[in-house]
Amino acid sequence: MQQFDKENFAVRVLASPEPVVVDFWSPKCDPCLALMPDMEALARRYEGKARFGKVNILENRRLAISQKVLGVPNISLYVGGGKVAELTGDDIASDAVEEALKRLLY
Amino acid sequence: MTDYDVVVVGAGPGGLTAAMYTARARLRTAVLEKGRVGGQAATTEEIENYPGFPEGTTGPELMERFAAQARRFGAEFIRDEALSLSADGMTKVVRGKAGTYFAKVVILAPGAEPRPLGIKGERALRGKGVSYCATCDADLYTDLDVVIVGNGDAALEEAIYLARFVNKASMVVVHDEGVVDATRVIAERAFAEPKLDWVWNSVLEEIVGDGLVERVRIRNLKTGAAADLPCHGVFIFVGTIPKTGFLKDGPVELDAQGYIKAGELMETSVDGVYAVGDARGKYLRQVVTAAGDAATAAVAAERYVHEEESFRLQVLDQVGPVFVAFWSPASQEALAFMPVLETFASGHADGLRLVKIDTYKNRRMAERYGVQTVPTTLAFAGGRAVARLEGAVSAAALAAALQETVGHRAPQGGEPRDAAVRQGELRGPGPG
Repeated sequence: MQQFDKENFAVRVLASPEPVVVDFWSPKCDPCLALMPDMEALARRYEGKARFGKVNILENRRLAISQKVLGVPNISLYVGGGKVAELTGDDIASDAVEEALKRLLY
Repeated sequence: MTDYDVVVVGAGPGGLTAAMYTARARLRTAVLEKGRVGGQAATTEEIENYPGFPEGTTGPELMERFAAQARRFGAEFIRDEALSLSADGMTKVVRGKAGTYFAKVVILAPGAEPRPLGIKGERALRGKGVSYCATCDADLYTDLDVVIVGNGDAALEEAIYLARFVNKASMVVVHDEGVVDATRVIAERAFAEPKLDWVWNSVLEEIVGDGLVERVRIRNLKTGAAADLPCHGVFIFVGTIPKTGFLKDGPVELDAQGYIKAGELMETSVDGVYAVGDARGKYLRQVVTAAGDAATAAVAAERYVHEEESFRLQVLDQVGPVFVAFWSPASQEALAFMPVLETFASGHADGLRLVKIDTYKNRRMAERYGVQTVPTTLAFAGGRAVARLEGAVSAAALAAALQETVGHRAPQGGEPRDAAVRQGELRGPGPG
């Protein structure tokens, strides 16, 4: 998974030619840390089909709020520079992320 | 068939302590946890009432220490989510999303999760301004205005934490002015926090926003008036609900609120299944009480395994006749009877085995065989109880009971312990 931040978000996410899955997280957020290994696995499985990255909200608070992220974990899916799907709540399962991604890809 | 001695479901403070104890007692222990270790405690920024940490500690740090101690004694951690539990005698089966786990004992420590208010807008705006976790989301609300619902210890502690970040927090409290459910020391600290703005006699009625929280509707219970309050976030701390959904189809008994019913030894309605921590119906839910529950459950579990295994070995798996004498040192009659029994047994040393069970130490076995008084002597043959003698009986009665076993002895190589208990003679579930 790539590191997205306020410097590279426009280029790597909004201008990406392929769908992007963004994991907004915080090191203080336990559910985020619990979800992370599953997201890493998902990223490996979809390599070449979709781009995966994470945004640490502690270091990129304004970016998070500009993307209407007001709680973590938050998994947002972007296509063509716009957010097309979003999962919130501390019980996000990677299965649900994969389903949302499949709907975009196939 | 049985992979583990003990399977612990959940790795919060209760589960981690239970695993530490059972692993240390050399019981092969697995801990199932779907997420990270630490449970709700790991989402608590500051813990200042766990003994041994006079300077206070953080939830994640304390939980990492709990986990390290469990690992040190050999507890195995498995990332999986329990979906159901079943029990058949000494075999308990936990079915998970990723695998199936067999154990002699299961210690349930699934914990609890935040209770939602159940008001309009709450669900739709979750993660879009509605939050149940201050440590997760506080940074996002730096210099913003939030509403906090709840007035217990957790609510006020989280409010004090949030005050370090936000511009203003409106505390919506259902009680009269100055009244909160939190303990005095925490309440005083919260009242002294200038960023907290108290809204008394009020409840949250609705959370409003198009994609993001914009405002809340608050109703004053005294005047009946409703007012809108603009805000960016709503933090809800109104207690917890037990994570016992995977037990809704049994086999352990739950109370009306879904908490697991367990007794003094943390024993549930199912033999060999224990419950600890926040998911158990109890008075106080904290890290220290979860740990206390777990120590009790682990010791009870260890005794359960030991008693069941020695009973199987000494009684149920025996081909020849066994007299099981239920006695108690508190009973004069039982004390006087024991030598009579021992003399009788030594007179038949070639074929009769005598097993004594102190009903004070081993109440479960007495209950299983419906033993109401001591002394009671049960004559077993081929794993089944075939005669029952209550009281201090004569040597002639013992001889008759021994004679009774003759027709019931199992052939060599049979499966005596699976034999059914003979009807009318014994109560309770058959030995398994």
